[in-house]
Amino acid sequence: MSVNQQAHTGPPYGQPQPGYQGYQQPAYGGQSLPGVPQSQYGAYNGPMPGYQQPVPPQGYFPSLGFPSKGSPVSLNSDTSLAPNFIGSLRAPPTSGAPPPASGASHPSGHLAYSPFEHGDVQNGIPASAAPMQRPPASQPFLPGSAPTPVSQISTFQQYGPPPASVQQLRNHMAGMTIGSTAASAPPPAGLGYGVGPSSYPPTTGAPRPPAMPGPPLTGQTVAGPPSSQPNHVSSPPPPSSMAGLHPGTPMSGLHGPPPPTHPPQPGYQMQQNGSFGQMRGPQPNYGGAYPGAPNYGSPPGPPPPPKRLDPDSIPSPQLNELPPQQKPRHRIDPDAIPSPIQVIEDDRNNRGSEPFVTGVRGQVPPLVTTNFLVKDQGNASPRYIRCTSYNIPCTSDMAKQSQVPLAAVIKPLATLPPEETLPYLVDHGESGPVRCNRCKAYMCPFMQFIEGGRRFQCCFCSCVTEVPPHYFQHLDHTGKRVDFYDRPELSLGSYEFLATVDYCKNNKFPSPPAFIFMIDVSYNAVKSGLVRLICEELKSLLDYLPREGNMEESAIRVGFVTYNKVLHFYNVKSSLAQPQMMVVSDVADMFVPLLDGFLVNVNESRTVIASLLDQIPEMFADTRETETVFAPVIQAGLEALKAAECAGKLFIFHTSLPIAEAPGKLKNRDDRKLINTDKEKTLFQPQTSFYNNLAKDCVAQGCCVDLFLFPNQYLDVATLGVVPYQTGGSIYKYAYFQLETDQYRFLNDLRRDVQKEVGFDAVMRVRTSTGIRATDFFGAFYMSNTTDVEMAGLDCDKTITVEFKHDDKLSEDSGALLQCALLYTSCAGQRRLRIHNLSLNCCTQLADLYRNCETDTLINYLAKYAYRGVLNSPVKTVRDALINQCAQILACYRKNCASPSSAGQLILPECMKLLPVYLNCVLKSDVLQPGPEVTTDDRAYIRQLVTSMDVAETNVFFYPRLLPLTKADVDSDSLPAAIRNSEERLSKGDIYLLENGLNVFVWVGVSVQQGLIQNLFGVSSFSQISNALSTLPVLENPFSKKVRSIVDMIQGQRSRYMKLIIVKQEDKLEMLFKHFLVEDKSLSGGASYVDFLCHMHKEIRQLLS
Amino acid sequence: MATYLEFIQQNEERDGVRFSWNVWPSSRLEATRMVVPLACLLTPLKERLDLPPVQYEPVLCSRPTCKAVLNPLCQVDYRAKLWACNFCFQRNQFPPAYAGISEVNQPAELMPQFSTIEYIVQRGPQTPLIFLYVVDTCLEEEDLQALKESLQMSLSLLPPDALVGLITFGRMVQVHELSCEGISKSYVFRGTKDLAAKQIQDMLGLSRPAVPMQQGRPLQTPEQPVISSRFLQPVHKIDMNLTDLLGELQRDPWPVTQGKRPLRSTGVALSIAVGLLEGTFPNTGARIMLFTGGPPTQGPGMVVGDELKTPIRSWHDIEKDNARFMKKATKHYETLANRSAANGHCIDIYACALDQTGLLEMKCCANLTGGHMVMGDSFNTSLFKQTFQRVFSKGYNGEFRMAFGANLDVKTSRELKIAGAIGPCISLNAKGPCVSENELGIGGTSQWKICSLDPSTTLAIYFEVVNQHNAPIPQGGRGAVQFVTQYQHSSTQRRIRVTTIARNWADAQTQLQHIEAAFDQEAAAVLMARLGVYRAESEEGPDVLRWLDRQLIRLCQKFGQYNKDDPNSFRLSESFSLYPQFIFHLRRSPFLQVFNNSPDESSYYRHHFARQDLTQSLIMIQPILYAYSFHGPPEPVLLDSSSILPDRILLMDTFFQIVIYLGETIAQWQKAGYQDMPEYENFKHLLQAPLDDAQEILQTRFPMPRYIHTEHGGSQARFLLSKVNPSQTHNNLYAWGQESGAPILTDDVSLQVFMDHLKKLAVSSAS
Repeated sequence: MSVNQQAHTGPPYGQPQPGYQGYQQPAYGGQSLPGVPQSQYGAYNGPMPGYQQPVPPQGYFPSLGFPSKGSPVSLNSDTSLAPNFIGSLRAPPTSGAPPPASGASHPSGHLAYSPFEHGDVQNGIPASAAPMQRPPASQPFLPGSAPTPVSQISTFQQYGPPPASVQQLRNHMAGMTIGSTAASAPPPAGLGYGVGPSSYPPTTGAPRPPAMPGPPLTGQTVAGPPSSQPNHVSSPPPPSSMAGLHPGTPMSGLHGPPPPTHPPQPGYQMQQNGSFGQMRGPQPNYGGAYPGAPNYGSPPGPPPPPKRLDPDSIPSPQLNELPPQQKPRHRIDPDAIPSPIQVIEDDRNNRGSEPFVTGVRGQVPPLVTTNFLVKDQGNASPRYIRCTSYNIPCTSDMAKQSQVPLAAVIKPLATLPPEETLPYLVDHGESGPVRCNRCKAYMCPFMQFIEGGRRFQCCFCSCVTEVPPHYFQHLDHTGKRVDFYDRPELSLGSYEFLATVDYCKNNKFPSPPAFIFMIDVSYNAVKSGLVRLICEELKSLLDYLPREGNMEESAIRVGFVTYNKVLHFYNVKSSLAQPQMMVVSDVADMFVPLLDGFLVNVNESRTVIASLLDQIPEMFADTRETETVFAPVIQAGLEALKAAECAGKLFIFHTSLPIAEAPGKLKNRDDRKLINTDKEKTLFQPQTSFYNNLAKDCVAQGCCVDLFLFPNQYLDVATLGVVPYQTGGSIYKYAYFQLETDQYRFLNDLRRDVQKEVGFDAVMRVRTSTGIRATDFFGAFYMSNTTDVEMAGLDCDKTITVEFKHDDKLSEDSGALLQCALLYTSCAGQRRLRIHNLSLNCCTQLADLYRNCETDTLINYLAKYAYRGVLNSPVKTVRDALINQCAQILACYRKNCASPSSAGQLILPECMKLLPVYLNCVLKSDVLQPGPEVTTDDRAYIRQLVTSMDVAETNVFFYPRLLPLTKADVDSDSLPAAIRNSEERLSKGDIYLLENGLNVFVWVGVSVQQGLIQNLFGVSSFSQISNALSTLPVLENPFSKKVRSIVDMIQGQRSRYMKLIIVKQEDKLEMLFKHFLVEDKSLSGGASYVDFLCHMHKEIRQLLS
Repeated sequence: MATYLEFIQQNEERDGVRFSWNVWPSSRLEATRMVVPLACLLTPLKERLDLPPVQYEPVLCSRPTCKAVLNPLCQVDYRAKLWACNFCFQRNQFPPAYAGISEVNQPAELMPQFSTIEYIVQRGPQTPLIFLYVVDTCLEEEDLQALKESLQMSLSLLPPDALVGLITFGRMVQVHELSCEGISKSYVFRGTKDLAAKQIQDMLGLSRPAVPMQQGRPLQTPEQPVISSRFLQPVHKIDMNLTDLLGELQRDPWPVTQGKRPLRSTGVALSIAVGLLEGTFPNTGARIMLFTGGPPTQGPGMVVGDELKTPIRSWHDIEKDNARFMKKATKHYETLANRSAANGHCIDIYACALDQTGLLEMKCCANLTGGHMVMGDSFNTSLFKQTFQRVFSKGYNGEFRMAFGANLDVKTSRELKIAGAIGPCISLNAKGPCVSENELGIGGTSQWKICSLDPSTTLAIYFEVVNQHNAPIPQGGRGAVQFVTQYQHSSTQRRIRVTTIARNWADAQTQLQHIEAAFDQEAAAVLMARLGVYRAESEEGPDVLRWLDRQLIRLCQKFGQYNKDDPNSFRLSESFSLYPQFIFHLRRSPFLQVFNNSPDESSYYRHHFARQDLTQSLIMIQPILYAYSFHGPPEPVLLDSSSILPDRILLMDTFFQIVIYLGETIAQWQKAGYQDMPEYENFKHLLQAPLDDAQEILQTRFPMPRYIHTEHGGSQARFLLSKVNPSQTHNNLYAWGQESGAPILTDDVSLQVFMDHLKKLAVSSAS
């Protein structure tokens, strides 16, 4: 990393060392993800961004710093401080006081985290220092296991609080220094991590030792010598002793004492104690401290453990090997394992305050859960593109070895926060955008101008292209064009070109798109009040059609169709006094009965449309028609757009399985008996290929379909969804639609769906540097060839996941570049190209890869991959493949980056420490492991939904957000700190909110204070709370306001309005709620987090052995 | 002879029947030698001011194969209360209601003056008249506007309880639902897809089973009319709605690119109209009124492609077998016409366009169902407007001059058989003992269905004398024919009109002069012309002419008086004297000549020729020419170029055109403005006279003729010049050298030449 960075950024160089240090630290911090104070954070950032914002870090560093010793010393000096310090780096809480104190001061979670992180860090270190580390690594683990054993105590003693801290510090220092010195950032970072974690808990001491060994490790990684030196330097004294001890202990311990799995444990024990440990060792060790902050306390202690699971502690085969002491403890302390909440919180604290500047190649952006600003300086914002890894293996062998999928999650039309600027629109006039002659890549910041600016060399294929005369510009002394800053395409990562007529269908500029509203008016729809509701809503909604920029009115034309067994088109031409209805009953051979007057401008035909919308509910009020058609409805829309020669979007409101005699007629084939059989896949496949062909036609015309479903029974979402899915549309499903409870949700969805930014007739192509190639695509689109992603419509929520594979070698120097070019028609009918560029680093060391991964993105990819897999393979196969792949990823890490530790330890890469928990969530999801209450339609629906989700959505979908409402600070805007999704975390006396992007649950404990109930629900007792509520009552008290504002805020963050469900503890609905407590064992057989972690560990060990 | 003329006239007035022969040759052999077949022109609903319908059922002969109606020719045994059928000689008991009859107390049907009598019977439910407008929207704005106005106006002419429906078509076909309030609703069909009746009814939601789906019982009671009423509503209920709807009718909105014809789905539109009525009101009088402004250009029944560069088929193309779509289209429309006719619905075609509109292909729709066919240049002409208005004209008693679903049953005495009929009818395939094996026209049946008829609708019915030569008919024996026409009166009553006529038999060998004297040459000319035109539909033009010539020659040979091989000796008796002239003009008429006529025009002319009564038919064959001058009162003059004189105003009525032609001098006077000078008021009157007379003709004629006012040298004078006998041409101008007349630039033979040849051939012993 650092090397790369330096290489790339001139400025960084300026302050290499500091930056470096800073970098490492930050990296460290960053990796550890602790909730470090800002200053620390800054430091962190400083480093990375680095170089750009040296100040904060510097301040920090200095002390820590460089003066490795000095700082350490100082740190050491305040023993308390030192820890604090470290703590500060990771988790301030700890700093507050010894574990206990920290626990007390900070949210338990927090503390817990820090320790974990530490653990992570350690892991990291071990990774880098693999050989050496072993002991340390093992040690940390040991703690976990050790705790119980006597040895632990000894270790403990040895470590002794102070020493521990010292050691830790040293470790840190060492890590830092190493990092700094070593050109190879990785190792340091690793060390840093390692250190971090280690530092905290006494274990840190142990870790350090590893750190010590680290040097060698570092050596391994890259710059062995330098790093080693620093390590030595810093660590020597204490380390030596420590090391000595450790080594001794570890070594012996590893194999000896902690007979269980790993000898190193002893040293680790401490840590483990800290991490897992609380459970066992820690408690004893920390004794009071922990108890004080039960969970928290413990976490701090156990730092690294999270990543490393003690095999021992894990109720796994290994248990047998465990010493008797361990055996008794079958359970692993949930607090000891990596906590998503903590990771999120840490990232938020570390990275939320500073803008993310995209100027540097291969930077890992903050997590999706973190609020941050993006400054585009040449790479696309992570809001547009996120990668599973920002450091790509140079060779395919490496990639294969790691099994880490290389994928980018692209959201080409993502909505940006108001503070960020939209992509600039570049108009090159008639000549159109400048492109590489060979690969047709578009002009971008990575293109190299040569020969005084007369030509440019393509950054993707190296082909040299003449600069067109009108585009010529001189170069300055650095080889940059003089107009570099004037041209978005030369200085920004994302921008748009105005397309010329060559980019248009039939060489004709497109007409403005059209929206066609197609409303089911069969008996069910009318009776439920849906038809009236839609018509009412449309009256006002039509004024909010998307418009371009600051145009006065939307260019989009609208049309209306109602249907049951036949279709009714409406002529709403402005010159008519009354709308005219045209019935087409020839559904076998659909056509559009009218041209003029079907698609109209809203303002011109306002009165006619209003009249129509008034009359539709009346006209069908007495309908007896229960049968519906479906395919002809889409065909009708398609034909209408064809006739009008424009692209557009169909909004179809549909209620039932289309059983009327017509093309695309479906039969009920719902059969739950198929679940868990080889035929289960058929439930996800469309019944007939008819819809696939239809979708193809739709895409060709740019006819996007959004489907709103209101089923009262099975309606075969898998089949009905084919067209919306392949045309880039959305599906919304409101099962058992009830006007009173669901209308608000539906209307919100509808409003948003109608208003949101959308492009039509889109084609996306991803170009990459020679060496890798986009090979696979996931999302809602259609592909007629292997490279072009075609979407009839693409809105701001739609995401495409692209997988890359090597077809050649990449070089570390030039890195890997992606250019995603999206050709689309804007809502005003303008043809445009949106270009997103992203540069990634390339590595020859696996450690670099693992250090620059993004688990959330990885999960996004894996989920989509698996969800597509169920179409073709039995679900079990898919699940196994998923587990296997992840096991391989982690095993590879273990083997290549963290090998020094004992084989029995679970060591997770810092960046992937959440992989197991998230993976478990994916495996437990309704698609892959349906509970009894999950319908076939739900599964198909979710399957399609997930396929278009971006990283933030998959994140919260798979690991829902659980907020203790009663802990909310009524006076501030902030959300209460989230807690982990486990029933254990729920207190009877509190009210919680859980959201996953589709639903919002408000869980009320049985012994919640009456006052709160009164304030929130307006009823006097728990038993009076109605769980039929779909919204919270509006009450004038701070608590109610706060809760409602929280709900509103959360709703605002999601692309769909979530259904609000009130769950009372011990009520039957609670079963449903519990389904979302994903860390727990699920009723449908999904493993608890702990169990799954053990399972993964087992898998990994099997792979390693 | 005057007596025969009177007799003929009387008969026509009373019975609406004109026979070619009023004394019948008594054997088959002789009858065939008469050349002109024994046939009659029957006007079934001839308007009779003096014929009040009787309000009871007719008495039928009890023999199942006969079922003739009691008539004045029957022998009645008043005492035994028996009557003998004069066709099958079955003796029948009078029904109980006739118990009181006696010689002095006869029911009307036994009185000789009631040889034609009309019964009003109470049968079945009375359904109101049904009018289904099928309107082309691919029109010019102006035309459409005019058409819309005409249609709106027509609503006020319909009986208030009549059901009316609207189908519009262009690229698509829309069936408008008329019952709904507020929003106007229509069912739309693709214009390119032919749908079976069942499909159409399903798609329109007319199928029975769909209705009682939910409510089973309650919904069934309202019955079928309720269902169909969505598309067919009483005028008085939806008058306003429909007026608005028509007012809002837009031109077909689909873009028509340069060089293309608009896509017009006439074929499907008609098919849907037929399907709609078929499903909702089978066997009820209904009128589908198709208004089209151009040829069908897509879907079944398309007549021409939409490329303007390919012109619509001409006679030339047809002869060369170059009309790609003709056969298929014709078949399509024939199928429709037959379906429609089977259900008793008629199809009118109002085609207004400058180019052809495909009448050739569509003609059977009107021909087989008795519908009207109107051809004009534009809907925005008085020709169309008044014609259309006249469709709804009322008779003397305030009833519409239209009747529906007529069933014509012809019964003959046993010496006669029925060979066929020519007119706006279809066969009902009623085989019987009186049906001849030889077919003339639509034969093989004794019953025909005439879906729509008016008081002037006239059928030609051909008979065959089957009496063998060696089985003489007793002296004074009479042959009888009974025409029983059951129909739906415009008042929705079912009525039966019975006409029974009898004629004497005569032995051609001994009483030829009687037969000769009783020859009705006018009727014969028309009857022969109908045969000729009927043949022309299926045969090559020259063949028909040859056949006609041969018939004429044979007739002249049979009835002329001449010396062999001496043309100058040739004479024809008075009762035959005009016949050759009729045939001469018939040969030149647009019914047999396609030169200078488009296929559509030919179809149009033939259509009208096949349904008009004798007088009108004669006018069509040989236009009438009146001359107006200062030399005397207006007088009919010869249809001859010699009648065209400078100081005359000519008024020619060809049925399809009314031409007023000012002679050279008159035209000059008019230009000089003499008519405006008080002292030349007589000139003004002279100018006015033909106008007034023309007006009179225009008043009554259906369809409205094209009104042409022209003068010597005017381009429109061609209408006159093409009709007159070219006795003076550029070839013989000086040879004839008479006072004046106008030479006609033609190579056609003149009547004189024709007659010379005829005489030569008639007297020739060679033939």
